[in-house]
Amino acid sequence: MNNPPSAMAPADHFVAWAFIVGLVVVVAFAFGYVGGWLAPDRLTSGRIVNQFQKNAGVFPGYRRNHAKGVCISGYFQSSGGAAPYSVAEVFASGQRTPVVGRFAIPGSNPYAPDSSVPIRSMALRFAQANGQQWRTGMNDTPVFAVSTPQAFFAQLQAGQPDPATGKPDPKKLAAFFASHPETAAFRAWAKTAHPSASFVDQNYYSLNAFEFVDAAGKRHPVRWEMMSETTDADGTPTAPAGSKNYLSPDLEQRLAQGPLRWKLMVTLANPGDPTNDATKAWPADRTTIDAGELVVDSTEPQASGPCRDINYDPTVLPDGIEISDDPLLPARSAAYATSYLRRTSEEAHLPGSAEASVKSKSEIKS
Amino acid sequence: MKHTPVMKEKTGAFSFAARVLHWLMAAMILAMLFIGVAMVASVSALHEWLLHIHKPLGIAILILAIVRFAIRLRRPPPPLPEDLPMIQQLAAHASHWVLYGLMIAMPLIGWAMLSAGGFPVMLSESLRLPPIVPVNPIAFAVLRQLHTYLAFLLFITFLAHMAAALYHGLIRRDGVLASMVSGKRAPTFSYPAIGTSEADRHRSKQKQAVRIGK
Repeated sequence: MNNPPSAMAPADHFVAWAFIVGLVVVVAFAFGYVGGWLAPDRLTSGRIVNQFQKNAGVFPGYRRNHAKGVCISGYFQSSGGAAPYSVAEVFASGQRTPVVGRFAIPGSNPYAPDSSVPIRSMALRFAQANGQQWRTGMNDTPVFAVSTPQAFFAQLQAGQPDPATGKPDPKKLAAFFASHPETAAFRAWAKTAHPSASFVDQNYYSLNAFEFVDAAGKRHPVRWEMMSETTDADGTPTAPAGSKNYLSPDLEQRLAQGPLRWKLMVTLANPGDPTNDATKAWPADRTTIDAGELVVDSTEPQASGPCRDINYDPTVLPDGIEISDDPLLPARSAAYATSYLRRTSEEAHLPGSAEASVKSKSEIKS
Repeated sequence: MKHTPVMKEKTGAFSFAARVLHWLMAAMILAMLFIGVAMVASVSALHEWLLHIHKPLGIAILILAIVRFAIRLRRPPPPLPEDLPMIQQLAAHASHWVLYGLMIAMPLIGWAMLSAGGFPVMLSESLRLPPIVPVNPIAFAVLRQLHTYLAFLLFITFLAHMAAALYHGLIRRDGVLASMVSGKRAPTFSYPAIGTSEADRHRSKQKQAVRIGK
């Protein structure tokens, strides 16, 4: 027999209330778990960026990595060579696309000497006429040290300076490399690499694989390279002794002579070439297409230049280019977004941004 | 005490369109909140996958919210039970306006923040929305932070809304939940939740106040 509602016993009320409160708690916990706050062991974009800050300190307003750099501007002149493989407007034959880019060196300290790392980077934003964009961040190393965000984070952790010495613990670094054999190719490169004296004579590599999509919808796994057309008559230039900042003056000097050029070489994968492992180079005999020429004709300091407010998220892609299954790409996108939010929040002096608490930390490094 | 004559005037329900939109949007908005916090934190392939859902889903919610608001203006929702304590009536109305405000504001803020950050607002591989504010990093930071804080406000308001709906459905059994579930408000001759004489007195006072107010 159904009880009339008015006869509902207090025990039923208790059950009903318990159900309501329980449901609210379960949904709230699920939200907290999905958002990472209740899952302290899960790698999140915030934890990656925090680790950068732990390693080098906080420099308000600057990128959390590749903090030291300069803006460049110019255009990309398509040869049409990549058009059969990608419908992206930037590759259409004869198309000229304006580019705002940035040369930088890795590391979170915008005052680090140019010689502090052997790596140089080139980031570009191609602004297509149809409003779509292609953003890319490249290094002058043909392979990356690690293949997963987790390994990248472990590498950052291993490189955290020991408070006693102010330097990374060599034992921890050795232990990291021992447990990550995939770093071998990068370490082999790093052994012979010297910090270049110029941004200009370097070739820059996409590192990650991407997919071009052609007019028929067919996907072509690719990697690309910006190949410098600058050859110094008197061999590889050497950095002026004792100078901390020679890359930007070198760039200015060369631009005063005229525009600088790179060829965009796109490499097509053969079936079976790994697209999800940035530590592995593809064999040298793969088909390579000359897609056109990047022409850089001006440079500006990053504090006032047009690249300052651009997040060179490599997953911002036009129709015709897509990300591959490389697990580093989403992690780069997520971490860059966190870095961008933090530095723009600092610029806006928003409450909670790292404006006030930075002095002591930045003293560690500089 | 004779509730019945007064209450009978109040048996009404949400229109079919309003109910469909309510439950559809409830699922979409709850999914959107979870997608939002998941994609921001995630460093896996989930990040890209969710990001590609988040933007078109947000615009779909914006469009549906505008349609729903128009329907609401044309067919106002059934009134709350007259014996509902004033504070709960206030909370109900305030939370409904917060929900309406946020389901319209959140997509617009998301769209504006991407515009301010200089990102192309891509709803698919090739479908792009025009920017609605000029590129400005300060505006980006403010809007982006606002997007987060308002998402938390929306989530908390959703929890309160869900709890209140269940309170009406399971404890008060006053037909409020039914008016959104089945389109029929259950008979409202009795209120088991507040079955004490004190509550009855309170209720009849309120009812008088409502009548006087008319």
